[in-house]
Amino acid sequence: MKQWQSILLYCGAAYLILLLGPIAGLDIPRIVGEIAKSPEVLIQQLLVGLVNGAIIAIIALGYTLVYGIIELINFAHGDLYMLGAFASLSMVGMFNVQDGSPLQAGLLPMLAALVVSSVFCAGLNMLAERYAYRPLRNAPRLAPLISAIGVSFIFINVGLFWGGLRILFPIMGANAAAPKSFPDLLPRIDILKALGIQTSITFTTKDLIVLVVAIVLMVGLNLFVNYTKPGKAMRATAQNRDAARIMGINVNQIIALTFLIGGALAGAAGLLVGLYNNTVVFTMGFTAGLRAFTAAVLGGIGNIVGAMLGGVLIGVLSALSDQYLSSRWTNAWVFAVLVIILAFRPGGLLGENVQEKV
Amino acid sequence: MSSPGSSGPLNRRSLIALTLTTLAIGVLASACQETTSSGPGSSPTGSAPTSTTAGNTVKIVSSLPMTGSSLGQTQTIVNGIKQVLEETNATVCDGKLKIEFEIMDDATAAAGKWDPAQVTSNANKAVSDSSVVAVIGTFNSGAAKLAIPILNSANVVMVSPANTYPGLTKPGKGEGKEPDVYYPNGKRNYTRVVPADDLQGAAGANWAKSLGLKRVFILDDQELYGKGIADIFEQTGKKIGLEILGHEGIDAKASDYKALMTKIKALNPDLIYFGGITQNNAGQLVKDMRNVGMTPDQVKFMGPDGIFEQALIDAAGKDAEGVLATFGGVPGSQLQGAGKTWYENYKKKFNAEPEAYAAYGYEAASVVVKAIGNVCKNDRAAIRDAVLATKDFDGVLGKWSFDQYGDTTLSTLSGNMVKNGKYEFSQLLKAE
Repeated sequence: MKQWQSILLYCGAAYLILLLGPIAGLDIPRIVGEIAKSPEVLIQQLLVGLVNGAIIAIIALGYTLVYGIIELINFAHGDLYMLGAFASLSMVGMFNVQDGSPLQAGLLPMLAALVVSSVFCAGLNMLAERYAYRPLRNAPRLAPLISAIGVSFIFINVGLFWGGLRILFPIMGANAAAPKSFPDLLPRIDILKALGIQTSITFTTKDLIVLVVAIVLMVGLNLFVNYTKPGKAMRATAQNRDAARIMGINVNQIIALTFLIGGALAGAAGLLVGLYNNTVVFTMGFTAGLRAFTAAVLGGIGNIVGAMLGGVLIGVLSALSDQYLSSRWTNAWVFAVLVIILAFRPGGLLGENVQEKV
Repeated sequence: MSSPGSSGPLNRRSLIALTLTTLAIGVLASACQETTSSGPGSSPTGSAPTSTTAGNTVKIVSSLPMTGSSLGQTQTIVNGIKQVLEETNATVCDGKLKIEFEIMDDATAAAGKWDPAQVTSNANKAVSDSSVVAVIGTFNSGAAKLAIPILNSANVVMVSPANTYPGLTKPGKGEGKEPDVYYPNGKRNYTRVVPADDLQGAAGANWAKSLGLKRVFILDDQELYGKGIADIFEQTGKKIGLEILGHEGIDAKASDYKALMTKIKALNPDLIYFGGITQNNAGQLVKDMRNVGMTPDQVKFMGPDGIFEQALIDAAGKDAEGVLATFGGVPGSQLQGAGKTWYENYKKKFNAEPEAYAAYGYEAASVVVKAIGNVCKNDRAAIRDAVLATKDFDGVLGKWSFDQYGDTTLSTLSGNMVKNGKYEFSQLLKAE
């Protein structure tokens, strides 16, 4: 980068902060004072941000995986995750478990919901790939992107329709478009209190489960991509599709497999978020998808660890902004930081600077 | 990639296209069904097209969101209007003037709620149909802002059963040049039968104080209605000695509010007041305040009539227990006298509990029908003046008048609380 360019970037970053700062309550002495007064609040918010970031990261995996292999931004992924949450809710509703029942009663429904929603979403994602993306694979870049937006609209409407099926699923409530309550099945034991530590910080088993699931998924996916034969084929396909085909890799099958894994992850994420946030609504896919996509880009899209990093960064930033600035401005801050980071590292935090393909 | 040259995949593809189209049509059809289930099929009450000339037929239209999540409420408003027309046989002036009724939907499936373009188009349609003399609607205050000026320049009177934004009628309570900007021809053509938010916000603050709640954190959904009522709650709260810990706008689309609730929890409040509607994530707010450990006996949650509906309880599940909601009036089941009779009739006729605004739909239609009866001809300006001149009206809500701004003189509001998965009336509230 030339020197004058970086000076321009610094000026731009400073301008953004100067512009946002005063109106959004950026008052460093006050913030430092508040942190000094109760460091426990800071730690609590970091924990909240970490767990929220893990959830964002799980959804971001689906974006990263698909982008990594066919350079398609799968805008339908967020809505696929929403359908996963609906499938899970319907499943849990069929077992008729009550809100707040003990873990033993919820275990079987949760397992059933996991299987059903993963299989359902994986199948749906493969169908979308086969009939909405594959025919456009050699078309100009924008065509599959638009097609993905179309699939996203279809999914949203399916969600709205599903929410009205109260004859089949009474758990959907009286109104198709209204948010639905997801039964609270995960145990919530305060770990720090159980360990005998006297503090006002709460960190429950529920939070821990989300973190553990996120980390297991990241590690598992990383191992799969790096150390198995299909994983190797996926990497080869990502690198050069034609060369991979010459080497005897069935490219179509490998891409279908990628969508299958991405879909299964979306289904699992739907269940997990339903269990964690306890609310499901047909519009939830868009917001979550936007944040996850941002996290994937921030971490370096195509990079699995990057998705985790980007997700956690976004989660922590929003939590801190909610605490020390103003919730009204949280989104503005998150995206301002995103712009600044991408200005200096266009490929994302862990992204490689991809050579321009000519 | 295989090019779609051979006929095999092409056929398969067209088959899939056909399936998808069918699916899409199915989804659309089901959406439409929701729209029309109330409507045109069973519509113009008692007004089979007869050979009467336009001279002795007038029309009133309703413009309400009949698509999406407001449907539960608007359906009962329409039922209330139909009741009035049925009871009067849809005629006034000893049978000389017939009244037709048309239902318009100001929401679209794409928006999922009221749509500005649809509101404007409905108003223009009403104006261009010379038999239309009155509009009953809208449901949302934001929609009223658009409809009033269009109807105003054509002298069509509008009676709202549900708008509560103060700036629509009262000078000094809204922004800038409100309310005069809505009345370009200089004459008022808008009234409402429900008390405005300046009363409801104040009543909420007074109720909080009477319940012994002192430390309050205020949230709003950053919309016209929600922020407006939250601001009034804050002003009144400061006046009567509540301690306001903070006031923030939420991102209505966020997936959770744990960080925000953690912050609020550290401030140790007695009450969280949310100015906003269920559709802007009120259920998630309630869930997350419990999720971060604010227990129902320590911290209460209160909102305005925007959360006074079953949808909130569906969204918040067991965490909804104990949620408080003010309502700019009295629930049907608590009405006295004529109101009690109406409530019984409604339940018998529609075989269902009326939602909160049904009585207001009934009252709005009664006022309009009575005004038409006083004028006895198709004269928009005269009917407008007759509605605005309504004094000492003896309706189902009690005895009331329109003040000089077109607002009802009723100021009795109610406080309601969720008990066993249902909103229950808890007490009458006064704004003062």
